Amino acid sequence: MTIRITATSGIAALAVAGLAAVTACSSSTSSTAASPTTSAATSASASATSASSNPLSGGSSSGSVVVGSANFPENEVLAEVYALALQAKGVKVTTKLNIGAREAYYPQIEKGTISIIPEYNGTLLSVEVDKSNTAKTTAAVDAALAAKLPSTLTVLNPASAQDSDSVTVTQATAAKYHLKSIADLAPYASQLVIGGPPEFKTRVDGLVGLKSTYGLTFKSFDPLDESGPITLAALASGKVAAADVFTTTPQIISDKLVSLTDPKFNFAAQNVIPLVYKPALTSTISDTLNAVSAKLTTSALLALDVKVITDKENYTTAAQEWLQSVGLG
Amino acid sequence: MSFFSYAWDWVTTSANWHGNDSIPQQLLAHIGYSVLPLLVAALIAVPAGVAIGHRGGKITIVVVNIANAWRSIPTLGLLILLAVFLGFSTLTWLLPLVVLAIPPILVNACAGVAGVDPDVRDAAKGVGMTTWQQVVQVEVPMAMPLILVGLRTAAIFVVATSTIAAYIGLGGLGRFIIDGLASEQYGPVAGGALLVVILAIIVLALFAGLSRLVVPAGLRKQAKTE
Repeated sequence: MTIRITATSGIAALAVAGLAAVTACSSSTSSTAASPTTSAATSASASATSASSNPLSGGSSSGSVVVGSANFPENEVLAEVYALALQAKGVKVTTKLNIGAREAYYPQIEKGTISIIPEYNGTLLSVEVDKSNTAKTTAAVDAALAAKLPSTLTVLNPASAQDSDSVTVTQATAAKYHLKSIADLAPYASQLVIGGPPEFKTRVDGLVGLKSTYGLTFKSFDPLDESGPITLAALASGKVAAADVFTTTPQIISDKLVSLTDPKFNFAAQNVIPLVYKPALTSTISDTLNAVSAKLTTSALLALDVKVITDKENYTTAAQEWLQSVGLG
Repeated sequence: MSFFSYAWDWVTTSANWHGNDSIPQQLLAHIGYSVLPLLVAALIAVPAGVAIGHRGGKITIVVVNIANAWRSIPTLGLLILLAVFLGFSTLTWLLPLVVLAIPPILVNACAGVAGVDPDVRDAAKGVGMTTWQQVVQVEVPMAMPLILVGLRTAAIFVVATSTIAAYIGLGGLGRFIIDGLASEQYGPVAGGALLVVILAIIVLALFAGLSRLVVPAGLRKQAKTE
């Protein structure tokens, strides 16, 4: 019995080590994606879906399109919005949701395996297309994208809806220090602890940017997660006075948080924008999606997020309800 | 660049050994995050395992199976759950690591005591030992090799897993791994991982020394001749 037990613990230890190695491999690919995500935990699972060579790809030839999405709820509901709007105009659509982080889906849209995906102009530019670009405003970012996107890809009109980083505080903190914009933090920053994802400490628009753009030096930095449960718990408990919370995180409404405005553009614009595989583009597709983008405001996007994340509504239902409410469904 | 060249370059950069969040500081924090859960788990699981093993019978099978099923509790998931409900207290990082450490200790202590030769138990009763004396002076020393194996396994698990404390913003060697991954610098990632491995090897050496001290000489000799 003794030998069996030690053998079992040996095998168990090996299995744990193996599991640890596998988890380390898969989590390293997902954490480099800088795209906004409102649920940090889901990213590790889907990155195993590699871009397989699909001999049936290029569905554009039959007039049908494939709408893909990244692996977080906001992106999935946006993909459903695009898909349903196109279907309402008679376009044949198949959806391929929850593909993975940008590393997983970008090669697929470059090759045309998927035809359309909802993107964010700022991170698309700074993470994938042109890493050294310093464009900040919507116009500058879109112009840089138009210039630097590979020849198989194009973007349509940006929506006014943005899901970007922010410096967010609780309502109590905002009231105590009379905070409306990031600049208002100047006299108090040295007494306050700020939190954010670990890379915020060294990222160009993180602590570095807050110092050079607004002259802020905080008391200390607390590394948390990507606007997920750890960050929100730290804000709620007062462990940090301010945190980097993505602007369409539903808890902004439910926890009554205040995202400070960024008048000097420390954080680049992050408008929701359809990324399209050029050979699949038709005038119907561009007209339909441009009409959707014209109606998609940040508050509409936040409301959609509340529906699918907080109220756990089905993506298709939530998308359909919104499209009908703006007359596009 | 290979894992080792990343790790070596980073570990040999003297700047990483000084100032805030330096290697010595995180190493100390990591040892703290590892020792306390191990102590708590040992305090719970060793007496429990010994008691259940001594009692013997069907209950040992039930308890061992429960402990093994318990191993499937995801430590990181539990950590995040507690961070949301309990905030950032000591219990938030202590509890998941204790949960992780208990099964190996419990199972091995139970098996060790249950596996004591019935003739030896009989002999102990025969010379007039009370149950307490029987357990403490005969069964536990005889089970000591297995109890130490359980403690050693749990120690390795805890040293490797307390890297997750960094996930909720605490320190330890996980800080290098998580921050490095987030800012795409592979030096701290490889270096942090290497330091965890080195720490685990040191733990193994410590337990080898401990077994020399604690396992009765007769048992060690017996193991050598088997």
